[in-house]
Amino acid sequence: MKALIHITLKPGVLDPQGKAIANALSNLGFGGIGDVRQGKYIEIELPGRDAAAAEADVASMCERLLANTVIEDYRVEIVDNS
Amino acid sequence: MKAAVIVFPGSNCDRDLMVALKKSMGRAPHMVWHGETTLPDVDLIAVPGGFSYGDYLRSGAMAAHSPIMNEVIRRARKGVAVLGICNGFQVLTEAGLLPGVLMRNRDLRFVCRDVFIRVERKDTVFCNRYGEKQVLRIPIAHHDGNYFIDEAGLAELEDDGLVAFRYCDEAGTTTDEANPNGSLANIAGVMDRTRRILGLMPHPERLADPALGGTDGRPMFDSLVASLS
Repeated sequence: MKALIHITLKPGVLDPQGKAIANALSNLGFGGIGDVRQGKYIEIELPGRDAAAAEADVASMCERLLANTVIEDYRVEIVDNS
Repeated sequence: MKAAVIVFPGSNCDRDLMVALKKSMGRAPHMVWHGETTLPDVDLIAVPGGFSYGDYLRSGAMAAHSPIMNEVIRRARKGVAVLGICNGFQVLTEAGLLPGVLMRNRDLRFVCRDVFIRVERKDTVFCNRYGEKQVLRIPIAHHDGNYFIDEAGLAELEDDGLVAFRYCDEAGTTTDEANPNGSLANIAGVMDRTRRILGLMPHPERLADPALGGTDGRPMFDSLVASLS
């Protein structure tokens, strides 16, 4: 199994990097740029587990290390890469 | 007072902190490598500034889970005083010893200059040698110093008097212009509920000797020696 993990700032938490990206896109001439939110993407290979075990392990990894849940949300997708 | 300074790969203020502590303590603190699992018998654990683990993932996130931190957390729960400066503050929030989080600076720049901060309460082991609401001139040097906590958390900090320092102007007024990184409520340092754990972004150890251009940081180390000896 393989976990695809998206970590994003919670709604309401200011994202100055996202704002800077939005400004840069506008400066490049891209019109109609709304709110931009920047996050992290992590892939973890998890050999020897079924999907349910992989999902439970990754949730624990996110809570304990991968995300800081004071400011970040995480979303996990488990895919079969065998 | 006996003290230990924790050293991570990428710490760069550990020696400055050792020198500042030694000056106030009269003897050198123990320098403890992050890979250790035990600590000597100490009254203070100091977590220095720097870029532990290259700030990978989030500033302080890796260091917060290094082997020595289990013991730091265990001692802290027993009431041993803990001081985290700059990256040390980030490590203590990531380890769950202090509330909140240090985010990227509001203007996205690394800020390295002297700022003014106000002592919010002096009745602690860290600040008893400062004056009431004393204004200090003190250096900061960080990219991720923008203190954030949710609304309920901020209310708790304010109601329980756990804000240790706020960014202010020279006269001691907390203005937005005097806020170098966008920190919520101009917060420069916070304590845990027991007020035995303090984290702050400014660097008292860089201003603890006249040769460094000022001594506004010195009373913090003198306070600790006075309280913990």
